[in-house]
Amino acid sequence: MDLQAMLACFASASCLVTQTTGGLISGMLLFLVAAGLSLIFGTLKVINFMHGSLYMLGAYFAFTIYNVTGSYALAVLGAALGVGLFGLVFERLFMSRVYGTDVLMQLLVCYSFILILDDAVKIIWGAEFRSMGMPAAFQRPPIMVAGGVLPVFYLFLIGITVLVALVLGFLITRTRIGKIVRAAAVNPTMASALGINTTMVYAGVFALGSLLAGLAGALAVPVRSLVAGMGFSILIESFIVTVIGGMGSVAGALVGALLIGLVRSFGSIGFPLFTEGIMFLFMTLILITKPTGLFGKEL
Amino acid sequence: MQDSRKEPKNRRKFIKAASAITAAAGIGFPFVSRAQNKPIRIGMPTILSGRVAQLGISSRNSVTTEVEKFNAAGGLGGRKIEIITRDSKGKPDEAANNTRQLINGDGCEIIIDAESSAGAFAVQEVIRELKVLCLHTNSETSSLSADPKIRVATAFRTARQGIHDAIVSATYAANVAKAKGLRTWMSCSPDYAYGRDNTSLFMQYLKRFQPDIEMVGEAWPKLFQADYTENITKILQAKPQALYSALWAGDLVSFVDQAGIYNLLGQTNMFAINMADYTTLTAVKNLPQGIHSSNRYIKTFPANAENAAWADDYKARYGDYPTNWSWENAVAMNFIVSAIRKTNSTDSAKLADAIRGMKLKTPFGADGTITMRPEDQTTVGYALGWGTTIPKEPYVPNVTPGDWKAIFEHESEWKKSLGYT
Repeated sequence: MDLQAMLACFASASCLVTQTTGGLISGMLLFLVAAGLSLIFGTLKVINFMHGSLYMLGAYFAFTIYNVTGSYALAVLGAALGVGLFGLVFERLFMSRVYGTDVLMQLLVCYSFILILDDAVKIIWGAEFRSMGMPAAFQRPPIMVAGGVLPVFYLFLIGITVLVALVLGFLITRTRIGKIVRAAAVNPTMASALGINTTMVYAGVFALGSLLAGLAGALAVPVRSLVAGMGFSILIESFIVTVIGGMGSVAGALVGALLIGLVRSFGSIGFPLFTEGIMFLFMTLILITKPTGLFGKEL
Repeated sequence: MQDSRKEPKNRRKFIKAASAITAAAGIGFPFVSRAQNKPIRIGMPTILSGRVAQLGISSRNSVTTEVEKFNAAGGLGGRKIEIITRDSKGKPDEAANNTRQLINGDGCEIIIDAESSAGAFAVQEVIRELKVLCLHTNSETSSLSADPKIRVATAFRTARQGIHDAIVSATYAANVAKAKGLRTWMSCSPDYAYGRDNTSLFMQYLKRFQPDIEMVGEAWPKLFQADYTENITKILQAKPQALYSALWAGDLVSFVDQAGIYNLLGQTNMFAINMADYTTLTAVKNLPQGIHSSNRYIKTFPANAENAAWADDYKARYGDYPTNWSWENAVAMNFIVSAIRKTNSTDSAKLADAIRGMKLKTPFGADGTITMRPEDQTTVGYALGWGTTIPKEPYVPNVTPGDWKAIFEHESEWKKSLGYT
């Protein structure tokens, strides 16, 4: 533990800027994955254990599209839509068959697909790690603010994820689609009786959640190496985020992800050997004091 | 009086018995003949899935090539080598189970342990019990062979050894530090046994060779961590003049990519011991110029035609250049083949006696040879060196070779200090 270093960081503008933006970047990517996970759980009441694999698919799709077209914008768009479509097909063919069943059955279906997708990635892209490299548009020196370092690509990432968070928030709270989704989440039987096609709602929400995971993978690919199984670690962190924020709450996912990002960023200075521990400790505290999470509702 | 009704039954019994004897004879005699020609089974516990699958794949590739050469040359009196690989997925308990199964279940007479260090120590305990010849090909943790309590009579190591690398690395880094005036240092290595041991040894020798250096911080990312932002920003805050890293493979690629967008490598001198391996060098899309690295494997060091031809043949066959693990496994197979030919046997004790002290002519040796040092059953004399990267082939054009005389001197002191000798 190095409290002196942490206090010195709080007293330094450059350290504050660098560590805060670093935390925001980590948190924002985590938010995209966790938001999808939370959205699916909130509406469908299933825990999508293969959400990390969708993140991995997004990264590989973007890698391939970028190598073919040379356009990062197309790569991100194509990967997000591709994973969204994959999620739709997966939900219709497999996941929809285990709604309302024991959680172990859902876990089994998801786990089998984690293994299938990992092997598929190895067959298609190879077992060795891959790297896409930074698109030319972002190959420029970082911006200096108050002595702190702000990489241009990370500013772009923050911008995109803030936009996604706003659109998602607007969609769920201010639109008719959002009302339908919320109705289907709260009382699917009543929603169905009122003429809402809940099957379509479920498929749409699963596809949207998958799209968000794919988008996160595509956005991360210029700075993360690609390898089969890469979704596992982000899945664990996403679960921590959803537990902290509250299962089913997109706003909770945002707050939880940012908290985790900032805790890791500043923790690496103050508690370098206990950064991971802090995350789990934080989660445990939330579970004890507010088991439904910061923004979760009683089930 | 004999019951005539029993006759047909007895006849049938006789015919059955005769058929059985004939069949047994027919099967039995060829069985003896097959025993003479039965393959020499070599078991290979390794990692073939997950983020370090390349370890197992590139190890298996080079072993396969050497086995094919042996078999094409007629094998051992007609006995061909058959390789059986098993995937531990990087789990030590599975590595131990697989080794046991390979020996007891599959009848393997020799083990090439191509596990990482975590698995190698588990395999070593199985070898201690079953006393089969074993060559550890990928574990670099020094104590595996240096510590007499861990050493096993039939187990050898053909992997490079941590202490050798630490001495050469620190000698090179101290010279650069002296020339460039690099006083403040930091480390960023993976938080597990290899990362900690490697970094600790490097720093220990660096301080010894260049006493005025100062450590200004440490960052310990998890193994296979995806996001290094927190570590990079921490390094930026500490502003070290030099950074040492034992990150490797995909982790090192991610770190270099992420450090690039912070321009970290423009502000510090990076010493990445595991950079100069083709899978890593080619995976980093915008490989920065001037990263200092040890030679994991590059075809231009040692600079000899056989080394370059070996790498080109490997690439032509498998599509990628070989890795550090490839040459270490090729050397293991060369030792095994030489011992089999020398003893005309596959008996583990005889093979171990033959390998102990054996000097092998190989393109990977600093002077064209690698020796299996008898006292601790580990290889010495392999090519070690450091240089700086350029973004295209040959990637590390000028490698400064390590001095084996200095390695032996410091290693001997190190062993004494730990009570190994």
